[in-house]
Amino acid sequence: MSIGGFVEGRWAQAIPSFGSERMGAPVVAFCRLHDREIRAREPVTAPDAVVIQDPTLLHQIKVFDGLSPTGYVVINSGRSADELGIGELVKSLPAGHVLTVPATEIALRHVGRPVPNAVLLAALCALTGELKLESVEAAIRHKFKGDVGERNVAAAREAHAMCARGTAAKGAVTHAQAV
Amino acid sequence: MLKQCEGSQAVAEAVALCRPEVICAYPITPQTHIVEGLASLVKSGALSPCEYINVESEFAAMSVAIGASAAGARAYTATASQGILYMAEAVYNASGLGLPIVMTVGNRSIGAPINIWNDHTDSMALRDAGWIQLFAESNQEAVDLHIQAFKLAEELSMPVMVCMDGFILTHAYERVDVPTQEQVDAFLPRYVPRQSVDPDDPVTIGAMVGPEAFMEVRYLAHAKQMEALELIPQMAEEFRRVFGRSSGGLVRPYRCEDAETIVCALGSVNGTIQDVVDEMREAGVKIGSVSLCSFRPFPSAALGKVLGHASRVITIEKSLSVGIGGNVSHNLRMSLPGRDTKVYTVIAGLGGRAVTKASLRRTFEAAIRGTLDPLSFMDLNVKAVERQLEREKAARRTGPAAEAILRDLGPTVGASASTTTHGPAAGAAH
Repeated sequence: MSIGGFVEGRWAQAIPSFGSERMGAPVVAFCRLHDREIRAREPVTAPDAVVIQDPTLLHQIKVFDGLSPTGYVVINSGRSADELGIGELVKSLPAGHVLTVPATEIALRHVGRPVPNAVLLAALCALTGELKLESVEAAIRHKFKGDVGERNVAAAREAHAMCARGTAAKGAVTHAQAV
Repeated sequence: MLKQCEGSQAVAEAVALCRPEVICAYPITPQTHIVEGLASLVKSGALSPCEYINVESEFAAMSVAIGASAAGARAYTATASQGILYMAEAVYNASGLGLPIVMTVGNRSIGAPINIWNDHTDSMALRDAGWIQLFAESNQEAVDLHIQAFKLAEELSMPVMVCMDGFILTHAYERVDVPTQEQVDAFLPRYVPRQSVDPDDPVTIGAMVGPEAFMEVRYLAHAKQMEALELIPQMAEEFRRVFGRSSGGLVRPYRCEDAETIVCALGSVNGTIQDVVDEMREAGVKIGSVSLCSFRPFPSAALGKVLGHASRVITIEKSLSVGIGGNVSHNLRMSLPGRDTKVYTVIAGLGGRAVTKASLRRTFEAAIRGTLDPLSFMDLNVKAVERQLEREKAARRTGPAAEAILRDLGPTVGASASTTTHGPAAGAAH
């Protein structure tokens, strides 16, 4: 995301934080985008958007703490927000701000490995309009060369189109249906 | 070239532009990406001629750097945390022998308890080893300081440590301008060693020195660091001329001109502090901050000039000198001879505890009100400490303290790792 921001001429900062250095351990990463230099290096505690890569964390850690009341949420899941048990959260945010997308499945289909990152980034950008799809694609190609990059780009495009068409499960739609 | 990249990658590229001839390193978090980056530059041939030597430990890394430097090669290594302790004996040797090795320290805490996150305990443990210690505020400055470090080290025949905050800088993606080879070549001349081993012209390096000369040799190291006080600002100025931006120097003041309160800190926390300074200035508070780029040599005169008129100075310190308090404030008092400036030592961010704008502002406001203790611990969970002290008073076999405190705080803390303030003012970061 920060590379995509840079591509668009903005200032961007991304910082990961992890403890146990093993696959599957919970990790968190932060990203800031701004029109001027970003000097603060504190963790993001009041996010405008939260991306959940692993839905099993939803009920283990308070992942939505500090989220802006007008914030956005993207969750890697083929299930709806209600099925995931976050109906209350959906109600607290503006309509259409919660999105679930089966990112791991899309990645498996295109990349052949369960790497949902590029898919979720594209979904987040489709949802928020924060970055253009071209910038996301440029960032992916910058990070992953050759065939791996192209496969991730294809996966990102599918997710972007899906979100733009509204065929991913937007929480607000679910909410409206529930009501 | 302007790019968005990880701090470690940017530093690897900057070090490569300095044309090191020998790189020897042992990987340790959070330094690993730097030496991995350099290893691939050597392997691809992009950095040539250069020998990359995999060693079996940090002690070996510094020993190989010493050997390479003594043979007349430009030598580089990098480490962090327990790694710098493991090489400690050789760290002193490098400076005692006057070998201009450059080493990156990806600043990380020291165990026990084991912890991979950022603070400055590692560099502070070796602050008296005779190395120059420069602290980077941003990844751009980390890049620039490495280029200056080789020149400084070689001019003085003295090793230089470039300290950059682990994770907060090493793993952060930021906008960085990586200079061109031509620019670096124009700034950094070819290395001409003051001493080197040569089979055709044999010399001894590392003689036994008795009481008749040991003090003189040690004093010489101090004299050279005093020279560095002149050289570091000159080099920063020369750097600005060649590269078109300011980096390095001894101290960098921010909005200090009329400041009654000045905050002093090392490294990346300065950016966060500057944001708080701006916020408080907007509210009419006369506050400024100063980034201490050079910790060794300690720029007493330059800092004294900046602190001049301030009535109070607050140090934000990512290390704890157990049993007394602050490392920075202890040194800083030397800059304030005969003045009645109030000095507040604030220990913050140990073991990766987040240093937040909100907590900094609360701390600065307490100092201005006069309610801050001379030594305080930002966001310390006092209650958790008190409960442990109670437990220890009540029973003898209370077991290991770290485990007891983790148990006391409950399961969510372990999972939330470095990124939340675990204290009473906790704001979850996920």
